[in-house]
Amino acid sequence: MTQPDSGGLVVDAEVQRGSFTLEVSLVAAPGQVLGLLGPNGAGKSTLLSAVAGLTPLSAGRIALAGQVFDDADQDIFVEASGRPIGFVFQNYRLFPHMSVADNVAFSPRARGLGKQAGRSAASYWLDRLNLTDLAGRKPSQLSGGQAQRVALARALAGQPTLLLLDEPLSALDAGTRLDVQAELKRHLADFAGPCLLVTHDPIEALVLADQVVVLEGGRIVQEGTPALIARQPGTDYVAKLVGLNLYAGRADGAAVTLSAGGTFVIPDHGQHGDVLVAVRPSAIVVSTQAPRSSSARNTWQAKITGLALLADRVRLDLDGQPPALVDVTPAAVTELSLDPGSQVWLSVKATDLEVYPHNGARAG
Amino acid sequence: MVTRNVRPAAPSRLTARERARRAAQGGASRSVPAPLLVPALIAILFLLLPLAGLLIRAPWGRLGAALSGADATQALTLSLWTATVSTAIAMIIGVPLAWVLARSSFPGLRLLRALVTLPLVLPPVVGGVALLLAFSRTGFVGRYLDSWFGLTIPFTPLAVVMAETFVAMPFLVITVEGAFRSADQGFEEAAATLGAKRMTVFRRITVPMIAPSLGAGAVLCWARALGEFGATITFAGSFPGQTETMPIAVYYALENDPDAAIALSLVLLLVSVAVLVSLRDRWLRGSPL
Repeated sequence: MTQPDSGGLVVDAEVQRGSFTLEVSLVAAPGQVLGLLGPNGAGKSTLLSAVAGLTPLSAGRIALAGQVFDDADQDIFVEASGRPIGFVFQNYRLFPHMSVADNVAFSPRARGLGKQAGRSAASYWLDRLNLTDLAGRKPSQLSGGQAQRVALARALAGQPTLLLLDEPLSALDAGTRLDVQAELKRHLADFAGPCLLVTHDPIEALVLADQVVVLEGGRIVQEGTPALIARQPGTDYVAKLVGLNLYAGRADGAAVTLSAGGTFVIPDHGQHGDVLVAVRPSAIVVSTQAPRSSSARNTWQAKITGLALLADRVRLDLDGQPPALVDVTPAAVTELSLDPGSQVWLSVKATDLEVYPHNGARAG
Repeated sequence: MVTRNVRPAAPSRLTARERARRAAQGGASRSVPAPLLVPALIAILFLLLPLAGLLIRAPWGRLGAALSGADATQALTLSLWTATVSTAIAMIIGVPLAWVLARSSFPGLRLLRALVTLPLVLPPVVGGVALLLAFSRTGFVGRYLDSWFGLTIPFTPLAVVMAETFVAMPFLVITVEGAFRSADQGFEEAAATLGAKRMTVFRRITVPMIAPSLGAGAVLCWARALGEFGATITFAGSFPGQTETMPIAVYYALENDPDAAIALSLVLLLVSVAVLVSLRDRWLRGSPL
């Protein structure tokens, strides 16, 4: 995966922190937004801070457009202040003692522009991000969405060639989030260099990123386009994030023997050996009796272990071979008198089962 | 086994005001038990009576005259400018020292921290003796200052400034060091990613963010310098107009001009109250430095 790439970011990094090891190789092309998706403690932020120069590598190499930032084998290291980066931190870290305008002018000034030039660079970015009216305010007088825009303006004002965003929307409430997200997407599209975007929100990754890398336990477990990752999750963590049932199994002709128990019959899936099968919770049909005549080829018995009300439907937690999460309408719950402990029949059409090679999803 | 029913205690009076207080703030009675109340009152009297005496004995009518006497004015002027210069010096060299103590690491750092804060607990007169041994004309530093530059420090206003700085600077250093230590370094990281080199980060981020602590440290340092007596009289002597600061003037005036002594004491008391008021948010609320 690590080929030299003109203008791109090439990371082949190992960071040792106590018992935690981050071991990641990735490439981000100019203009590309690479989403780093993963649970807390997966090493996303560590990776970002290694790229920024806030954490040195234990082994490996980081280079941007051919310029080496960090090379542990050759003892080369460029300090954070010497890297042409823009970093938007999770809680923004706006300087509390400076006005919005001074925050935005900080990087141009620190990178050597005079007072006047720094001020005009700041006013350009304040204007671009619709912050001109807030120029005189202190960070403590800003709303969450405004602070996020100031943080982005401050990062962009330094004319970086690499943009790093650490959960840029996580500090916002749900109401402002969508607006800010749409705006952020526009600004990311305008940015010419590569961009790394850390998130644990799959929607954020799906909306903002061109390519997604899934990190778990310090390693890359899957990479691909957001659409592919949403359709063919490679791990239970991703499947849970995107809301799919995921089964590992072995394909032998049309039959897929699942390691969680049970067998799916899926004609013409074209896979052999270790496979993953993904199915939407709403694609599984629940009935109280064994379906006699149905086009669904895959039918099995299961016991309800839990019910949870989601926005407009009820999610059933079912124990069977295999276990499953199934979405039904609240009406169906009453009509079929579904209770914890009830035995039901589940069926799913073969066409609703997405079969793909295990680990093959990395190919993207 | 003898058992006995617990009987309710005799009722006592509970005023409407006390009822309202307990309802609003909760908690039980706030009355102080006698074994605590008596020693507490003795302590209060011990601390406040002498100060009250100062106010009672003050020659209020002739206060202006007492203070405008030549000696008093000279002492006042000398004390104000030496304390201010000492504080400025303490900020110029003490803030970098505080940063080194808080942020760097090298062998012997802990020992160094203990040594530079020693003047906090050292009797000031010992500090004065030490300064004298180092900087007198025969001292191990002073002899070279004398023979190379013709500079004689003891018993000059410069000696006053040095004695005050020696005693007062540690107050600034420990206050500012604590602030450097507890300052959120996330802002400094952010500044680095924006292209700021370490000195720029120090100047534009670190120092402005600890400004309140720097102010408190400077006030403490200034107040300590203003009240300095032991080290000053030992190292700088007490030449009126030259090295006789206010505390020293008070000490000598007590014999031949008690009114001036009291008036000068009142000025120092007023300054102390002002310092306390300016630091009230940090100290009176019980928060650590």
